[in-house]
Amino acid sequence: MANNFTLDFEKPIIELEDKIAEMKQLGEELDIEQDIASLEKKVDTLKRNIYAGLTRWQRVQIARHPERPITSDYLENTFDSFVELHGDRKFRDDAAIMGGMATIGEHQVMFVGHQKGRDTKSNILRNFGMPNPEGYRKALRLFKLAEKFNRPIVCFLDTPGAYPGMEAEERGQAEAIADNLIKMAQLKVPIIVVVIGEGASGGALGIGIGDRVLMLENAWYSVIAPESCSSILWKTWDFKEQAAEALKLTAPDLKEHNIIDDIIKEPLGGAHKNPDDMFAIMRRTLLKELKLFKKYDPKKLIEERHEKFLNMGVWEE
Amino acid sequence: MAWFKRSEKNIKNDGHRNMPDGLWTKAPNGNVIYKKELEENLYTDPSSDHHFRISVKEYVGIIFDEGTFKETHKKVRSADPLEFEDTKAYKDRLKVAYEKSDSSDALTTGYGKINGKKASFACMNFDFIGGSMGSVVGEKFVRATQYAIKNKCPLIVISASGGARMQEAVISLMQMAKTSVALAQLDDAGLPFISILSDPTTGGVSASFAMLGDVIIAEPGALIGFAGPRVIEQTIKRKLPEGFQTSEFLLEHGFVDMIVHRKQLKEELTKIIDWFGF
Repeated sequence: MANNFTLDFEKPIIELEDKIAEMKQLGEELDIEQDIASLEKKVDTLKRNIYAGLTRWQRVQIARHPERPITSDYLENTFDSFVELHGDRKFRDDAAIMGGMATIGEHQVMFVGHQKGRDTKSNILRNFGMPNPEGYRKALRLFKLAEKFNRPIVCFLDTPGAYPGMEAEERGQAEAIADNLIKMAQLKVPIIVVVIGEGASGGALGIGIGDRVLMLENAWYSVIAPESCSSILWKTWDFKEQAAEALKLTAPDLKEHNIIDDIIKEPLGGAHKNPDDMFAIMRRTLLKELKLFKKYDPKKLIEERHEKFLNMGVWEE
Repeated sequence: MAWFKRSEKNIKNDGHRNMPDGLWTKAPNGNVIYKKELEENLYTDPSSDHHFRISVKEYVGIIFDEGTFKETHKKVRSADPLEFEDTKAYKDRLKVAYEKSDSSDALTTGYGKINGKKASFACMNFDFIGGSMGSVVGEKFVRATQYAIKNKCPLIVISASGGARMQEAVISLMQMAKTSVALAQLDDAGLPFISILSDPTTGGVSASFAMLGDVIIAEPGALIGFAGPRVIEQTIKRKLPEGFQTSEFLLEHGFVDMIVHRKQLKEELTKIIDWFGF
């Protein structure tokens, strides 16, 4: 059924689906099974066509869909247990980054992820998933804990950016992110990073250095959000579609440029269309990834991590 | 009223003037300084200690022993990996930048001697697309780091940057990771990194290598921060207090080790390098 959260390009699908639902009700009295079947086929083709031809801006919209699963949904539905750990032990607890001891299958991992809210109230609590310095420092504390007890790290990225506020500056937002980058580069345990929604700039990268970096099919990851890019380069907010195209910020783009290791397929139409399938896919993926690091040599692990990031960039000489 | 009218909207003054090239110039406080006096004061205003933005060439002259500096990797150039185009193609922006500046990108690298002690050096050029960090800055930074590791000498980097180079999108974001990884290797090698922050040091540069110095030195009055003041003002919907995000503000909040006047820079660097045992 159509609801407030229907994206423009989803409307033809929703209309057809509504029609099928209506016909099915009528179908109990009339013999229109064949018509229903043909319409269902039609909607299936329509979906495939629409979702295969999504523009980059449309993917950004899916990545921000209000019903798209967020970090806490995955914690509940893909992991077997989770003990949340709070605070950076220096200033306070930042609710925009969630972390703790998680179990998935036979693996005990340290989980750290950006946490958005679901509604106004929870979004205010979570600061819309925009961390302050203490969020990054909490993450680092947990990374160090993982290293001490030899547990792999799983990071979920989903943020519109690090919070650009006054207090964030006073408490060293730049230093907090920078410190995580160098410390993550030196961690002696495996790090698996998954971009599940929005990967905006340094705020995302601040918990994003990994041995494996994966991205959901409809997530985006770039140096800036399309709207802000439009406002800087076009001097108006109106060119977000063009900015999204120019930024080449989708998972297929990033795979092509060797920024990410793999794309995680989403259910047709996006994770929000079938969250249960999404959670199952995520579980399978994480189990497979963690298996890769069942045995590893920490020295080699770090060397390869360094190599991976040192190779990023394109230049002429 | 004068018979001519000045169009105020075309006059921009963010408080930091680029290096003046005329016979005389004015500091933000109105003080008139003659070229010779300015040069003698290493492009600072004696009345207010205002530091004018200067280029790599001047910094090299200030820091290194005469004739000892050698520039490296001059031929590394941007390749426009994403064929980025906004109101203008990135390729054209680069062309303009090459014409305007005598450097090959926003970072110049090299090595030289500071009071006889060898150091690997990298210095950003704010003139080159706002000192933004893209692939070339990242790669040259890594090479300067590797030079320090190979030659067992300190790394000194002067930052001046508005942040990441938007035209290289996620690839420019990854330069934050790349430069930090290089510094992790320098750290493993037990070699010092001295980070000097000049005006301005913001965005992706401040949130990566600039803030990772074993010693962090700021020039007086420089703008240093993660988010730019305009973005913060839009977020909090009010004006920022005077002096917010300046070197002095960062010193007070514990994010830089010291503020050093350009005239004392070489002397302070020498003392620090000596302390590290070189």
